[in-house]
Order: sequence, then structure tokens, then C-alpha cells
Amino acid sequence: MRERAVGRALPHDSAHLHVTGRAAYTDDLPEPRDLLHLAVGMSEVAHARLRGVDLGEVLASPGVVDVCTAEHIPGANNFGSIVADDPIFADDEVQFVGQPVFAVAAKHVEEARRAALKASVDYELLEAILDPLSAVAKKSFVLPSETIVRGDPDDAISSAPRRLRRRLTLGGQDQFYLEGHIAMAIPQEDGRLLIYSSTQHPDEVQTVVAHATNRLAKDIVVICRRMGGAFGGKESQAGLIACIAALASDKTGRPCKLRLDRDDDMIMTGKRHDFVIDYDVGFDETGRILGIDFEFASRCGMSADLSGPVNDRTMFHCDNAYFLENVRIVSHRCKTNTVSNTAFRGFGGPQGMFAIEHVVDDIARELGRDPLEIRRRNFYGKDERNVTQYQQTVEDNIIDEIFDKLVVDSDYEKRRSAIREFNAGSKVLRRGIAITPVKFGISFTNTLLNQAGALVHVYKDGTVQLNHGGTEMGQGLYIKVAQVVADEFQIGVDRIRTMEADTSKVPNASATAASSGSDMNGKAAGKAAAKIRARLTEFAARHFSVSEADVEFSAGSVLVGDRSMSFAELVQLAWANRVSLSATGYYRTPKINYDRATFSGRPFFYFAYGAAVTEVVVDTLTGENRVLRVDILHDCGDSLNPAVDLGQVEGGYVQGVGWLTSEELWWNDAGELGTHAPSTYKIPTCSDLAPDFRVELLQNSANRENTIYRSKAVGEPPFMLALSAFHAIRDALAGSPDKAPNLQAPATPESVLRAIRDASHE
Amino acid sequence: MSGASIRFVLHGEVIEVDNVDPTRTVLQFLREDLGRKGSKEGCAEGDCGACTVVVAELTRDGDELALKSINSCIQFLPTLDGKELLTVESLAPDSSSLHPVQRAMIDEHGSQCGFCTPGFVMSLFVLYKTNPKPSRQEIDDALAGNLCRCTGYRPIIAAAQSMYAESPDDSDWLRQPCGKQDKPTERITRLKGLQRADGLEFDVAGRRYYAPVDIDTFAAIYARHPDATILAGGTDIGLWVTKQHRELQTVIYTGRVEELTNLSVMPAHIEVGAAVTLADVMPVIIDHYPGLEELFRRFASPPIRNAGTLGGNIANGSPIGDSMPALMVLGASLVLRQGDSVRELALEEFYHDYQVNDLRPGEFVAAIRIPKNEEAVIVSSQKWSKRFDQDISAVCTAYRLELDGEVVRSFRMACGGLAPIIKRARTCEAALDGKHWNEQNLERACAALASDFTPISDARASADIRLRAVQNMLRRFYLETRGEVDTTVYSYGRQS
Repeated sequence: MRERAVGRALPHDSAHLHVTGRAAYTDDLPEPRDLLHLAVGMSEVAHARLRGVDLGEVLASPGVVDVCTAEHIPGANNFGSIVADDPIFADDEVQFVGQPVFAVAAKHVEEARRAALKASVDYELLEAILDPLSAVAKKSFVLPSETIVRGDPDDAISSAPRRLRRRLTLGGQDQFYLEGHIAMAIPQEDGRLLIYSSTQHPDEVQTVVAHATNRLAKDIVVICRRMGGAFGGKESQAGLIACIAALASDKTGRPCKLRLDRDDDMIMTGKRHDFVIDYDVGFDETGRILGIDFEFASRCGMSADLSGPVNDRTMFHCDNAYFLENVRIVSHRCKTNTVSNTAFRGFGGPQGMFAIEHVVDDIARELGRDPLEIRRRNFYGKDERNVTQYQQTVEDNIIDEIFDKLVVDSDYEKRRSAIREFNAGSKVLRRGIAITPVKFGISFTNTLLNQAGALVHVYKDGTVQLNHGGTEMGQGLYIKVAQVVADEFQIGVDRIRTMEADTSKVPNASATAASSGSDMNGKAAGKAAAKIRARLTEFAARHFSVSEADVEFSAGSVLVGDRSMSFAELVQLAWANRVSLSATGYYRTPKINYDRATFSGRPFFYFAYGAAVTEVVVDTLTGENRVLRVDILHDCGDSLNPAVDLGQVEGGYVQGVGWLTSEELWWNDAGELGTHAPSTYKIPTCSDLAPDFRVELLQNSANRENTIYRSKAVGEPPFMLALSAFHAIRDALAGSPDKAPNLQAPATPESVLRAIRDASHE
Repeated sequence: MSGASIRFVLHGEVIEVDNVDPTRTVLQFLREDLGRKGSKEGCAEGDCGACTVVVAELTRDGDELALKSINSCIQFLPTLDGKELLTVESLAPDSSSLHPVQRAMIDEHGSQCGFCTPGFVMSLFVLYKTNPKPSRQEIDDALAGNLCRCTGYRPIIAAAQSMYAESPDDSDWLRQPCGKQDKPTERITRLKGLQRADGLEFDVAGRRYYAPVDIDTFAAIYARHPDATILAGGTDIGLWVTKQHRELQTVIYTGRVEELTNLSVMPAHIEVGAAVTLADVMPVIIDHYPGLEELFRRFASPPIRNAGTLGGNIANGSPIGDSMPALMVLGASLVLRQGDSVRELALEEFYHDYQVNDLRPGEFVAAIRIPKNEEAVIVSSQKWSKRFDQDISAVCTAYRLELDGEVVRSFRMACGGLAPIIKRARTCEAALDGKHWNEQNLERACAALASDFTPISDARASADIRLRAVQNMLRRFYLETRGEVDTTVYSYGRQS
């Protein structure tokens, strides 16, 4: 009997290490004897020419060994991977508060940090652009603005029976991984360099360090066993930290470690883009959207970083699950004198979906209808009205089915009436409810990134070492891929050791990002294992003179004709007969093709779907709000590991609620971030979890596409289920007295009070 | 006084550390000196809980062991003298014998990236040892100081509920859950052997640490070193070191001074020694003033409340300290001591300006006197912040209302977050004094708040909305007294 290793709710592969404190993160690795610790001296102003940087007192500070600045970079002073506009150290100009100007190396971390404060920098202040709207007004962009047009939106809007226009503001978000950025560079013989980096993208760390230090890729090894969270924040940003460690190591000839203090991490590294969004929509009396015009302006910060693809994804997701027949989408990628924003779970998608969900909600409120009805009215069809604004046909649409089931399961209609009744009789507290859909495109929009590799070794004792290009940041990738390999060999996952991500094992790996980790690395590892299995099958058939069809791997053993042996026995025999027990696997995502110049084609292999109903209570006097009940139905296809996937759905939702309620990034007029530590930046705590929290994975929902065991990607899509929480708060405020309150995200108590004040026209 | 070493228990052994840097943190010591790397640094300011460890110390009568979670990232090592330290490594000597808390976290899939997990395990461990069957509310309260960015907390809450199920009949005291525990006699005896009759004093490269055990010695030392830093819970001073990288020359620790750790309920008032922790004093205050319960639930987090002291909160004098508005409306006073001289000062006269108070050189807060409640007096305090738990107030208010029928006999209101110091809202109070407690007069009082306070905009809130918030908070207090609203969004729909 074949035993399925996939589909089982196995614990995280490191769970037993997590709970005992034995899981080693980069800062926990043994330190080389002559290790130096680094600290970074940062710009204190938002925009200035550097007239002089005096590091005399830094160098004289106790314990200091050396300093490192732009002039000490032998190669390229850049860690930007797409556009070369991201200096490692500011050269003659600083462009945001917190930009690295120099690094100092000392024997103890405390000495380095103390010394870093002693620089004396002479700034010639320049005009600073501190918000997206000012950037638009001054045409300050990191990349050219982009437009997608389909149909005739102008005519459709102007001739529509009804029309609404509005400006939305939507805050950014700090990743707030619990483990801050860190890298340790250790010199090796003959000019080689070994780097331990907390990174989602070891290959990119290898590349940018090579460019900065004038090395070739062959001379750099980057290793990451695990990260203490990443969420996109360690996709491109890890390169900066590793470059600084590598440069200091080269200059001093000693191992160097840079571990950012939490405040420095939040000030120095990028976050989710905040947006200003203008929309103009025409619709009919039934609430169907006839034409829509979107103008997006996002805060990219001082460099391009990943802002191009992030904003592209906003353009691809401002339809969410809705058919937009006549649409114009304009996207401005604003250059501001603030930290360069970067990837964060959803990667621009959440902001696009925020926009269209707001539009749909506003239409419903304008027409006096339940937003549920207007959402359904605009859903993509199955056979018609099923082509996205970027010309991809939605072939796997199941949003109606998910909605229908969730509306019933959550008792939505009855609760909605009960809430109306409650609100009519309540003076201060109001409740609200909302249901929102998620349709999220899976694949890197940059087609070339959709490839992955793996390297599988089978040892003589029948145990397996598994290497693949994916990194483990808590999402459970390692256990899922191990389950795939276990399934292929029909052995227990305890026979498989997943090795750290290591550029010397699997080269040229894409970032573990875009929710693609298990899809791509699962396939690649599965293929590698299948190769070895095929060799074993061929060998066994030959050796025991049976047909290959009579060789069966099942539940720890192998049946060869009438003979049964353990997997280990067959492996031992195969080795003794000189059969190769190591193989690489390679996977490229099929079917996708996409022309960036015209924004058309099939950027996504498939879509992941889900929906959530959230109920909230809001205090109309204090603006405080809390989620009371959540019902989620989410589509993971045939889940590789339901426990891991459930964790992604739950965690993604709560993180999304944080983005839309309590997590506020606040800059002062000088461009200084005021919210750079958990004391001022508030992610959800335990008590913020709804007392009634019901999450279900959609059953019998195999992916129509041939993904790994017909599963679906799950990292990002659930994040956007949280839009239901925001609209539940709007629902609670509706009619007090504004029918469609102007609530800015995040819906902090202040934001709610502002919406109520504006509605009262005081 | 003793020599330049401290002693505490770790892993069943008495550890003696010589030449301790007075401001070395427990976390630095664990990670850098012992290579015990299970405890993590997530923020180095006591706000994320990744560094949570547990301190076991003798109760005041010396007969019991009290377990307290603390943030090791801001706790100075010398304060462990005479205590037992438990870290995540203490719970499972090897991975084959997991502690029930750890087992439950695995079974419920309570870890994802795992970085916060050791801290959660330690907070759950304290819950396991102190509460036989926690409610959701009690779990939330116990975990309020631990941030998790991955799971959304549901599986961790599940672990907190299921961790008792597997609790075995075990001779290991650490594994015995609340309700099934033997008395940890051996641990108590060991700690008794570490107690010092004379306090602790040492000098390392010119930097001095004093932990006297009686108030006279304390006063004498401070009079000799008026520039010294008085260290209580260290929940703010810890950040001077970890964030501002300050070098403190002389540190005098309050936590061992018997008189400063006294908490007595007198006939007319509660006398709180300045070093009594927030965790110890809060239940006593709530007992007398139930209207302060939600404020105290939201006040910081268990690890901060376990270390932080009421005296420290007051002496530190932050304009957003949460205890002072309530204490101010209650008419609390401070006992101040300088050398041998003692004086009493009303709390509301203590603050002069931002970070400027009435203390003279060498003078310190010795105790807080909180008047007991009188009948027919309504006392309440409200906190306004972005998050329920472990947040710093954007605005904090407190009220004391005495009604004579429908007429206001006396009304006091004090606010934090609206001015450089915490202070009474005198104009607002005057608008209600002797007036009818009705909506019309209330609105006048709300309008008067605008002349009492000129708030600023900062990361916590904008000036205009701050003012609106405090006015609405007063309106809310009015409605509460009228019985028109009896729950906040935080208590709404919760079964405690």
C-alpha cells in the first residue's frame, strides 16, 4: 500500500527545536574567535549633500578596530538588484533618514554601537520630498509611470447612470519579523568568502556581494538555515546587510557580523508601500461597474528596489475577483526621501485589492444595498466576463462557490440583521460585518524567476539529504518539500534531513517569495527524487529480473516482484552495484508568458481563492475597535500539509488586520520615522485575536493546474482576507451619519474618530 | 557589605559571577557569556517578549517561591543576586523529555518561524505553574508581553489550553502544573542560603553597584552619591543602556530594601513602598478601586509589571505614565526622603515640567500613600492607545466624582499624554463643581478641556484628535455613570 506522506498535518520540521530554544538562527551560530561586530552610522537628515564625514572620534572610541565607508568599496557601491540605484553607503548625497553612511567594526557589539553615534557629519541640506502626493506634483519618480487601459473607460464612466469619485489613503506596514536583519561574513582561503545571512534570497546576496567586493560568484557561499520571520522584508534588504559585513570583513581581514538593533532595522530597511489612490467609477442601478479609472501613487522611497514589480502587482490585482470591462489603471512609482520600500507579503496586491474593495463597498452604500450583493454582481464569470485587464483568462474561478458556502456557514444574513438591530439601540458601541473575496495570482510576474532547483542525496543507509533553493522563514516550506520527497521514496520524513539553503548546493535560486516556495521547490525536489527512484526501479528490475512495473515503493519498503525489502536495503544494494544515488531536479513553471511592455499575457499560472466574514465592534466615542468573530474559507487546493496551510491562513489574516487597524507608520516633518520599535509600532497581540475565530480550508478543491500534488500556494493570499475587517469597521460606522464613511487605513482609534468627525462636518 | 560577586541559581547550580558590569543585561550574560542562546533578542526594550525568562524568588515571608516572567533584554544581571533564573533550556534537559508546555506547542502547531517561541514557552510556563485552568482572558493577559508575527496566536492559545492535558505524574517540580505541585523545598532552601543580611556592594573599574537591604543605608548611599542612578524595575533605565548606550557610573538598586518593598493597607490609606512591583500593587488598588481594573489590565505587560514598580513609574515622571492620572485624582501623596529627613508631598505638586520634578539632590521617593475609597465616590480611568495590550497611552484619563444627588460635590480629572506633565484638568473640573451632573454641564466641561490642554502631534496621535479623544472620553465617563454604557470594545462579547 502506498502511504501518502503529503496531505498530512505534520508539525513544522523544527518545531521541537523552536520550543526548546535549540533552533539556531544566524546570531546563535558559533562565533569565530577573532570576530568583529559592526554597527552602522546612519544619515540624520532626509536629503543632503555630504560635505564631510569626520570619523575621528568613531575610530578613537574604545574597542574600535576599523571603519568602512563608500570609498572603501572596491566594486559597485550598490545592492539594488533591478535598478542600480541603491548605494550600500551614501557617497556624496544622503537620501533618507537612516541611510547608511559608514560602518564601524569593534570587538564587542556594544562598543561598535556606541562608536557609531560619535561621527560628525557635515550636511548641506537639500529639499526633501516626504510624501507620494508631493512627489507626483514634482514628477519625482523612481521609475516611469505605467498605464493599463482596456475598453473605453472615459465613455463608460461618463455615460453610466451613476458615478462616484473618491480619494483613498492607505498606510504602509513594517514587516516586523521577530529576528532582525543579520549577516556574518567569514573569510575563507584563496579569497573566498562565506556568508551566513538571514535572507529569503541567498543567490541575490551572493550576486550583490560579488559585485561590491569584486569577486566572482564561485568564490562566495551564502548559507541560511532559517530566518526568524521575513515576510518579504528579507528579499532584497538582506543584500545590504550582507554587503556591509562582507566589505568590513575584506577591509579588516577578519570575520564580521552585522546584527541590526530593532530600531535601526526599522529605520534603515524598507517596508510595505503606502498609497494614495484616486478612483472614478461609473455603474448602473444594479451596482454593476461599467467603467473605472484608477490612479495609484505609492511611496517607493529613495530607490527603485522592488517597487517596479510591486506596483505592477497592484495593477494586476486592482480587479481582485471582479470583472472590469472598461478600465484605466495609472500607477505612479513615487520617489520620496524616505527609506526605500520593498516586498511585503502580497507585494502590491493588497493595495490594489484594497482599492477595488473600497469601490465596491462605496457603490453598495451609495445604492443602499448590502455590499455582498454588489460583490457578487461584479464577480468574474466562468465562461464570459472572465478576462482580466491584462488579458489573462480566469480559467479556475471558484469564488461564487466559496462565497455561497461561506455566507451560509457564517450565518451572514441573520447576523447582519441582528447587527442592524443592535446598532439601532446602542448609543456608543456599534457593530459591523463584511464579507470580502480574495483572488490572487500565483507566479512571479517576471517570468524568468519562475524556476527552481533541488539536489537530493540518498546515503547508503537509506536516509536522504534534501537541498533546494527555498529558504525557511517559518512558513513550513521545509516540511512540505520533505513530505514530497518522502512520498516519492515512500519513506518517513524522519529519514530525510533538509539542509540549510546554500548557494553551493543549489545555484541561481530565485527568492523564496511570491508564495511560490512549495510550488517550485516541491516540484524540483520531487523531480530529483523521482530521478533516483527511477534509477532504483530500473536497477531492481534488472537485478532481480522482473519488469519495472513489478517494482513498487510503498510505506518504507520496496516490493520487487514477490520479494520485499526495506528502502535502505535496496539503496545499499544499488550502491554496491554502482548506481548513482544523487540527483538534481529542475522545474520551470509552465504555461506562463507575459509581455511587460504591453502588460498582457498570462503572468499567473493559476489563482488562489478565499473569502472571509469579519464582525467587529467599534466605540464611536473613542474610535477603538475590535474583531469579534471571523469566518474564513480558503482554497489551498489539495493541501500538502493542512496544519502548515492553516497556520499560513490564520497568521496571514491576523497580520492583515494589523496592517489595516493598529499598525501605523508615522513620519514627522523632517522625514524621521517616529514608529521604529514595538513601543510605538503596534502589531497585533494575543488579545486582538477574535474570541470566535473559525477557519476552514476548502475541501475537494484540487488545483486545476498540474502543481505539486495539485496543491495551491498559500503564503500571501490569506493576508488579503483581512480586508473584511476594514470593511466591517466601515460597516459599523455607516450611517453615523455618513452612509459611506471616509475611513483612512489603518483604522486606528484616531482614524475612526477622524472619519466620524468628518462625517459630522464639524 | 560583600565582595564584588553576585550569586544566583541556574540549572540547579549556584552561579557566582565576579566583576559584573553593573548594567550588563541578563540576556547579554546568557547569550554572550554562557552561550545559552535559546533566549532571543527581538527588540532590546522589553516590548516583544522574545527574551522572556523566569525568575524564581523567595516570597517576603521566605516560605514560598514566586515565579515571575521578566524581559531579560533590559534586566540588569546584578538584580538576579539571590534568585533562581529559569530559561527555555531549563525546561527540557534534552529534546527527548519535552516539558508539557513545549509538547503542547508542538502538538498545536504553535511555532512557525520559532524566534518568539522560547519567550512564549516561558510565559506559558508561568501560567502553567500559577493557574490550573486559565480562561481566554487569563491567557491573553499572561501572553500580553509576547509578540508573534507568524501564527496569529490561535494555536498558541490552543497550547495554553491543552498543556495541562499531558501533565504527567512527575517528580520534577518544573513539570508539575498548578494545583498538583509539591512544595519546592529544595529550591527554597537553596535560595535561602543565598540571601544576604548586609546587602551587596561592588565596584568594577570605577563603576559602582549598591543593593542595600535597609532604607537608612539606602538613604545614606544616595546622599553620598546624589548623581547615582536609582534602579528599580529597570524597565526604562534598561533602555538608557540598550538604546542610548549610556554608561551609568553608580547604580543603587531598590529591590532589596525591605522598607521600600513593603505594601501595607492602613486604616485610611494604602502605603506602597516605592519598590513594590506593579504586579504586586495592582490587585490591592483594584480591590479598593474596581473602576481601575481595565486600566491596570492594559498597563504594560506581565514581564514589565513583574519588574516595574509603582515608585519607578512615578519618579520617572513620563508624561504618558499610566498610574499617575488615577493616583492624582485619588489625592495620593509621596513620601520623600533625603538622608535622614522625610517629607510628604501631594503627587500633583510633584511634577513641575517635562522631566523636572520636586526632588532635591539625594532625595528619593520612599513610598506612595493612596487614600482609601469613600462611599459614593466614583473612580475610573481610561486609556486611549492604538492597541489594547502593551501599548503606551496616547491619552490616559482618570476621574473621581462625588455626587450629592444630582449635584457634583466634587469632581477631579487628571490626564496624561496631553501636556509635558501629567496634571489635573482644573478648568474642566471647575466647570462642573457644584453644578448638576447633566449633559449640558458636561458639554461645558468638555469645551473647557481645550483650555486645560494644548496637546501636540506625535507618533501616537495628532493634536486635534487627541483633544477630541479626551473630550469623548469624558463624555464616555458621563454615560458610564448614567448606566448608558457598561462595556468597552475590549470587554464587549467576552466571557471572562
